[in-house]
Amino acid sequence: MSATPALPDAAPGEPQAFALPARKRRPLIAIILFLALAAVPLVVSLGLPAHWLTLVTRAMIFAIAALSLDLILGVGGLVSFGHAAFIGIGAYVTGIMITEGRTEALLILPVIFVLCGLFAAVTGAVSLRTKGVAFIMITLAFGQMAFFLAQALSAYGGDDGLTLSDRSTLLGFKPFASRTSFYYVVLAALAGCYLLISVIVASRFGRILRAARENATRVTVTGFDVSRIRLIAYVISGMIAGLSGFLLANQTEFVSPAYMSWARSGELIFMVVLGGVGSLHGAIIGALAFLFAEDALSRLTEHWKVIFGPMIVLFVLFTRGGLVGIIGRLGRRHD
Amino acid sequence: MTEPVLSLSGVRKSFGALKVTDGVSLDVAAGELHALIGPNGAGKTTLVHQISGMLRPDAGSIHFRGSDITGFSPERRSRAGLARTFQITSTIPSLSVLENVALGVQARGPSPLALLRHAASDESLNGPARAAIEAVGLAERADVLAGWLSHGEKRALEIAMALTLEPAAILLDEPLAGVGREEGERLIALLKSLKGRYAMLLVEHDMEAVFALADRVTVLVYGRVIASGDPASVRADPAVREAYLGEEG
Ligand SMILES: Nc1ncnc2c1ncn2[C@@H]1O[C@H](COP(=O)(O)OP(=O)(O)OP(=O)(O)O)[C@@H](O)[C@H]1O
Ligand SMILES: [Mg+2]
Repeated sequence: MSATPALPDAAPGEPQAFALPARKRRPLIAIILFLALAAVPLVVSLGLPAHWLTLVTRAMIFAIAALSLDLILGVGGLVSFGHAAFIGIGAYVTGIMITEGRTEALLILPVIFVLCGLFAAVTGAVSLRTKGVAFIMITLAFGQMAFFLAQALSAYGGDDGLTLSDRSTLLGFKPFASRTSFYYVVLAALAGCYLLISVIVASRFGRILRAARENATRVTVTGFDVSRIRLIAYVISGMIAGLSGFLLANQTEFVSPAYMSWARSGELIFMVVLGGVGSLHGAIIGALAFLFAEDALSRLTEHWKVIFGPMIVLFVLFTRGGLVGIIGRLGRRHD
Repeated sequence: MTEPVLSLSGVRKSFGALKVTDGVSLDVAAGELHALIGPNGAGKTTLVHQISGMLRPDAGSIHFRGSDITGFSPERRSRAGLARTFQITSTIPSLSVLENVALGVQARGPSPLALLRHAASDESLNGPARAAIEAVGLAERADVLAGWLSHGEKRALEIAMALTLEPAAILLDEPLAGVGREEGERLIALLKSLKGRYAMLLVEHDMEAVFALADRVTVLVYGRVIASGDPASVRADPAVREAYLGEEG
């Protein structure tokens, strides 16, 4: 049509972030990322600081939770401020079952998925009646509810937390026991979650979830029940975050109410924002960057939080699209 | 006489003391293009919102294809075959034209929410979507992001999205508003090509378009129907001339 504005293929401005070439770039970054992660144990055995293995393991565990948060926050546009509750539920189920002598992962995980799914279904059904800041506050309140519940679990450590007598087993084997095999278990879990969420985002369901973030009215008049779609995403997200709680309990051999504090939920949001909202691999990069920065700063000074806080604020203020956005802009310059 | 596809009776809606819909009754027969005109603030959009379910009437009833849909949610009305467009265009800016239109195909087809089924490469979605895009003349723009379209193209896109719902009735809220002359003519031709196939309720300020397209015209002023009938007699109605057409000169 004649009134069409000239539309260069790589025009500058906001919609660029969603332009097709960026979508195509995604698998390449993800492949490089996972290859690098797979090489970490080898590199460490060649002389890198040994604690890197533990650190990257921990970062990947949080990356799973951040990925699950990115599904509802980045793709669905729902800023949940209670996501740490799901990590906590996963960790506590693991801790309690191991304490009770049930170490089998194939027994623990279904319990985690059912409980996290239920918690998400009930709290999501209530929270999703609200929007914007109200949604943030309600998810925060439910998160705190889980936190206080864990504090009240006096049979399992209460305020002090619970030290695990053992790690989980898998069909009688002990893949969670040695540092290197645990590393690969976590890497495999992360890769599995990344693939699953990528498939969901590209699915019919994912397209509607994404569309509803931008224009819920349009999606509604097209015949979709937006609340129901968001609730399904919330439940899936909660279950995946529960898996990261299972892994975290196994790594630290300890669970405590602090796992579900509101500050932890805030850190998860920051990991997603740091990496780049809605890109999935950004959540992984964000979790890695966050844990490395935390580790480095805490070595420099015990007052590291005083430095880290403002750094976070400055980062959010001065970068758009997070680390993935920066990588994307660098990549575009070379095209 | 056959039953109308869409019929409103005694619909009322107030915002506080303001009666925005004041006992409106009207119907749209199968294949009929029924134009709803009236000055700014007459309550046309509010009425369309009530028909599409985005607002609940305070009183009165809305029947669609023989059943009372007054209490239906908007998504349920859409699934029942009642489609609409918006006065302020409403698309998904970061999705391509094809993806936008495929949403409607997906809504109507089997397993609309399949969790693991890749959407972008799905010919069962893209095929019908392309047909609708072609029908509204956007074929060359299929892969452009909706946010990048011109105003008139967005209007056409919305109509394509409505068509994929396989609707029995389409509500069009000022599909020509803010569109330039040439694009406007294309849109009028498009609406003409759809005439007879769907029951359409057309809200429009462009009188030339209204009298070129409508089978019947209803005039709304301050939430009330002041005249309704074939275009010629409405045009001749003294009350209408005074309340509305007079302003246009
Ligand atoms: N949510 C609302 N709350 C209060 N008043 C409203 C609301 N929506 C609309 N109104 C008022 O109702 C009246 C009718 O508005 P409406 O948008 O339905 O008019 P319209 O006929 O579509 O006008 P236009 O031709 O300008 O599109 C206006 O006076 C408007 O200010
Ligand atoms: Mg209006």
